[in-house]
Amino acid sequence: MRITINGTPQDSTAATLAQALAEAGLTGRIATALNGSFVPATLRETTPIRDGDAIEALAPMQGG
Amino acid sequence: MPVFYGTTIDSPLMLGTAGYPSPKILADAFARSGAGVATVSLRRESGGGQDFWALIQSLGVVLLPNTAGCHTAREAVTTAQMAREVFGTDWIKLEVIGNTDTLQPDVFGLVEAARILSAEGFKVFPYCTEDLVVCERLLDAGCQVLMPWGAPIGSGLGLNNPHGLRALRAAFPDVALVVDAGIGLPSHAAAAMEMGFDAVLLNSAVARAGDPAAMAGAMAAAIRAGREACLADPMERTDMAIPSTPVIGRAFL
Repeated sequence: MRITINGTPQDSTAATLAQALAEAGLTGRIATALNGSFVPATLRETTPIRDGDAIEALAPMQGG
Repeated sequence: MPVFYGTTIDSPLMLGTAGYPSPKILADAFARSGAGVATVSLRRESGGGQDFWALIQSLGVVLLPNTAGCHTAREAVTTAQMAREVFGTDWIKLEVIGNTDTLQPDVFGLVEAARILSAEGFKVFPYCTEDLVVCERLLDAGCQVLMPWGAPIGSGLGLNNPHGLRALRAAFPDVALVVDAGIGLPSHAAAAMEMGFDAVLLNSAVARAGDPAAMAGAMAAAIRAGREACLADPMERTDMAIPSTPVIGRAFL
């Protein structure tokens, strides 16, 4: 299936959000959103991923 | 010292973390500034996020994540929820941008997002205009801090509407007020503090100075002077001269 992670379309076999992040090598202190809605870290293992899903994985960054 | 949602902060200077020439210069600027709060953001992870996290942990300041770049209440709410988890704080500098040229807040989306986030337990620091009625709506929505702009973000223009800012101070004597954005020089920051603002939030004025650490020190000194001047109860202004040297006893020559 095709999913989008941080704006980049990619093939994935992930069944859950946690697996999709691992596939993409996204670790460390990040927060996630699926199709525009926040998904807490505690729910990543049980949040299913479907064809066409858009994932955002955000990290601490400089800000004003 | 400012009190935000019951927490006393050691300094009225709140400093942003963006746009410094290097991480070391950022750390030096924070050390010189004595800032008590650092603003931070969330962006797509591209490798630098974890190093930045380590850096800000070392600064010894309270973190205030922002929702910079959000143009709708929905985006801002989601970003705030993500920031709460990543930074481990329910403080959020709420930005809902309405105009891409001026980065002026969309005050309608701002009030909507502030209401949602306050209901979810966030302690909202809204980046707003100096509009009195908008500020009343933000307080109604649950905000206990207001952060009106001095001038557009990154412009360095100073306090564009000092009358409006003074009116806010007079209208809300018991609300924590912060001038956020537009500060370019220490004199701008001092002016805000002289008006009785509780704190000043700035970033570009320090980060884009030729010597950020030195400018951070200058800002800290100006803010301290402005605060002390406010507490000293400045004299009234008059349009005409009033002689300071006694008139009585003047020689008749």
